[in-house]
Amino acid sequence: MGIISRGFRGRRQEGPPDRVPPGQYLTDDFPVLSAGPTPHTPLEDWTFSITGGSEPVSWTWDELQQLPRETVTKDIHCVTKWSKLDTIWEGVSVDTLLDAVQHDAGFVMAFCDGGYTTNLPLEDVTDGKAWVAYTYDGEPLDPEHGGPARLLVPHLYFWKSAKWVRGLELRDEDEPGFWESNGYHLRGDPWLEQRYWGD
Amino acid sequence: MAGAALLGRLTWLVAEAVGAVQETPRVRTLVLEADGWAGHQAGQHVDVRLTAEDGYQAERSYSIASAPGEPLAITVEQLEDGEVSPYLVGEVVDGDRFEIRGPIGGYFVWDGSGDAPVLLVAGGSGVVPLMSMIRHRAAIGSSTPTRLLYSSRSYEDVIYRSELEDPADGLEVFHTLTRSQPPGWTGYARRIDAELLGEVAWPAADEPRVFICGSTRFVDAAADGLVAMGYPALSIRTERFGATG
Repeated sequence: MGIISRGFRGRRQEGPPDRVPPGQYLTDDFPVLSAGPTPHTPLEDWTFSITGGSEPVSWTWDELQQLPRETVTKDIHCVTKWSKLDTIWEGVSVDTLLDAVQHDAGFVMAFCDGGYTTNLPLEDVTDGKAWVAYTYDGEPLDPEHGGPARLLVPHLYFWKSAKWVRGLELRDEDEPGFWESNGYHLRGDPWLEQRYWGD
Repeated sequence: MAGAALLGRLTWLVAEAVGAVQETPRVRTLVLEADGWAGHQAGQHVDVRLTAEDGYQAERSYSIASAPGEPLAITVEQLEDGEVSPYLVGEVVDGDRFEIRGPIGGYFVWDGSGDAPVLLVAGGSGVVPLMSMIRHRAAIGSSTPTRLLYSSRSYEDVIYRSELEDPADGLEVFHTLTRSQPPGWTGYARRIDAELLGEVAWPAADEPRVFICGSTRFVDAAADGLVAMGYPALSIRTERFGATG
């Protein structure tokens, strides 16, 4: 426990303790964290690619819509301290996408419009833990929230759920992505409060 | 450069309030002293942690307002339904202590290097990290041509108003007041739009570096407008805030 802040009582929102990680607070809003302008790629130019496997694979927007879709309800946790419970997403499981590729990679680098990247161990995006999501709360995903599609990796801090995602690069070794090169933790587990370098 | 000060683990430090400035009715600057604080770059922020007597804790992030090398100061806007900001704005007196951790962020920073002009675009309390850059510019005697475009709701809501009335050489300040304007107001009086950006922003050919900070809606409007003027997306660095109570 830290030093007492004289007279501070706090608002004590009633969050279920097993669903709100340390240092987080609940919000009903959906704040946005982005390092640059919001990209606007027309759907007819949009593709999702997986590189670094036996051969590169790619889906157009229409082809992605034909893949089996899943609807998931997840709690999300942003490194800037807000958490939001029971968010509803629809998209394609990363397992489904990776089934199209032969590989023995241990890591992926997600790459996005706008030049942003984020790194993830393969085990954090497989076995039903990650999706390429294209609806939020039943509506097409807004550009400010990463539309037309974003990665959804809800068990890690939300910067790992890369907005405007355009593909995954399979890799043998882990390397820091954009935020990870700018002071943020390599993996970002909210339950271990892995916010920054050295956490 | 990026995050070079962050190589080790950022530990929680005890900070003591040693000064305060009421900037506007809802915004206050706190000057802090913290043993072990390693310094910061202009544009970075700091995590604040408050602890109640029974051990309950709340954490939020706040932008640093002071220039590198000056005493550490944060500027906090009180949010109506906030948890930490009402305490920092309304309760803290000199000598009070709480915990801080930082500095945080290695991308939305300006170190004063380079010849390119700098365009700063602020919405409301988004001016805070940009003020750190403006103060840093003055402190190092930089001659980098710099423009601040600063949108506030009203004259009374303008943070750092008197300091911005007397800008250093080469710094131009443009205000826009979106909700109400005092009699005789000669600045802009509307939300930032393409025409306003066209009058204030450097031409894209000058290859300015851009820092925009404000609400999501504000940042998107400003960034989209600059992209439409031909600014490369990667020349525009943004910081957006939503609910940070």
